[in-house]
Amino acid sequence: MDEQDKAVRLKRLWDLAPMFVEGTPHAKFLGIQFVAIDLSRATLSLPYAERLVGNTDTKVLHGGVLTALLDQASGLAAVASFKDTLPVATLDLRIDYMRAGKPGKTIIAEAHAYKTTRHIAFVRAIAHDGDVDDPVATSQASFMTTSRGGKNNKDAMAQTLARTRAVKDLPSGAVEGGS
Amino acid sequence: MTTQTRPQVTEARIAEALAHIPYAKELAIRPLVMGDELTLILPYSPQIIGNPMLQALHGGAVGAFLETAAIVQLWLMPNSTSLPKPLPKPIGINIDYLRRGKPKDTFARAKIAKQGARVANVRVRAWQDSYAEPITILHGHFLIAKPDPENSQKTETGNSEIGKDGK
Repeated sequence: MDEQDKAVRLKRLWDLAPMFVEGTPHAKFLGIQFVAIDLSRATLSLPYAERLVGNTDTKVLHGGVLTALLDQASGLAAVASFKDTLPVATLDLRIDYMRAGKPGKTIIAEAHAYKTTRHIAFVRAIAHDGDVDDPVATSQASFMTTSRGGKNNKDAMAQTLARTRAVKDLPSGAVEGGS
Repeated sequence: MTTQTRPQVTEARIAEALAHIPYAKELAIRPLVMGDELTLILPYSPQIIGNPMLQALHGGAVGAFLETAAIVQLWLMPNSTSLPKPLPKPIGINIDYLRRGKPKDTFARAKIAKQGARVANVRVRAWQDSYAEPITILHGHFLIAKPDPENSQKTETGNSEIGKDGK
């Protein structure tokens, strides 16, 4: 990819990425917010909420909430790592929980697709609550593209987006992550 | 399996564990008890969809469900002390997504592969149509926090009834 291709791709990702998050019902349900995107990288955030707590005694967020946030951020980084905009599905996800998140603090997830093959992206991510050097959790995941468009379908995601918006009762937006 | 290591699977204890997990309530997770075996149910809701085009469940929602199944299963193991028992905490988990989660109810059952004094290894399977066709499998290590006598006296945990099950 030359510099101009990169710029075009980046602009496209910035246009689409907020919709990928907004258009994922479960991400919306959790309150996940889009922060930033780059080639092969994505950052999302999740504000603290009492309904997402995993233990009433400690008020710490449920581990599964972090799972969903890391999955979503990693999936978006995977999307941003392919040459074309294709939907992806999670193959596997490993999470290490370093410490409990502090009650009341927003969690930030930063994901990096450090290697991408034709159909597979390998992604590492960190979840922290302000200091990236003091992570709450880290993850390692792999994703595969789920495009059925074939060679001529250069932008399957855009078509999926258009179709998604046409479906009644669904928020306008994109598909991303999940399995 | 000796009597001491048998899980205490009663509706009351399961309800007590789930009552401590607001997010489980948010996902509307509910139990199904058959003998000593606990199955948790994640009812379908449009809010757990991850891919609206494929109508696929979100990997994070299914992952949270499996983690909850592991935590509740561990919590049902007999208490070794008379103190209120804290919920186990995840240390490291691995999730394999084998099949697309369809927009329908999902079931999960957890098995404790190894129970140590402080750490337990748990395997959880989620399925929809058939137990033989899992959609997602989780395995991982969980920290079994020991009841802290000082802490439990200082803080009001609201689950003092559990103590009666212990020695």
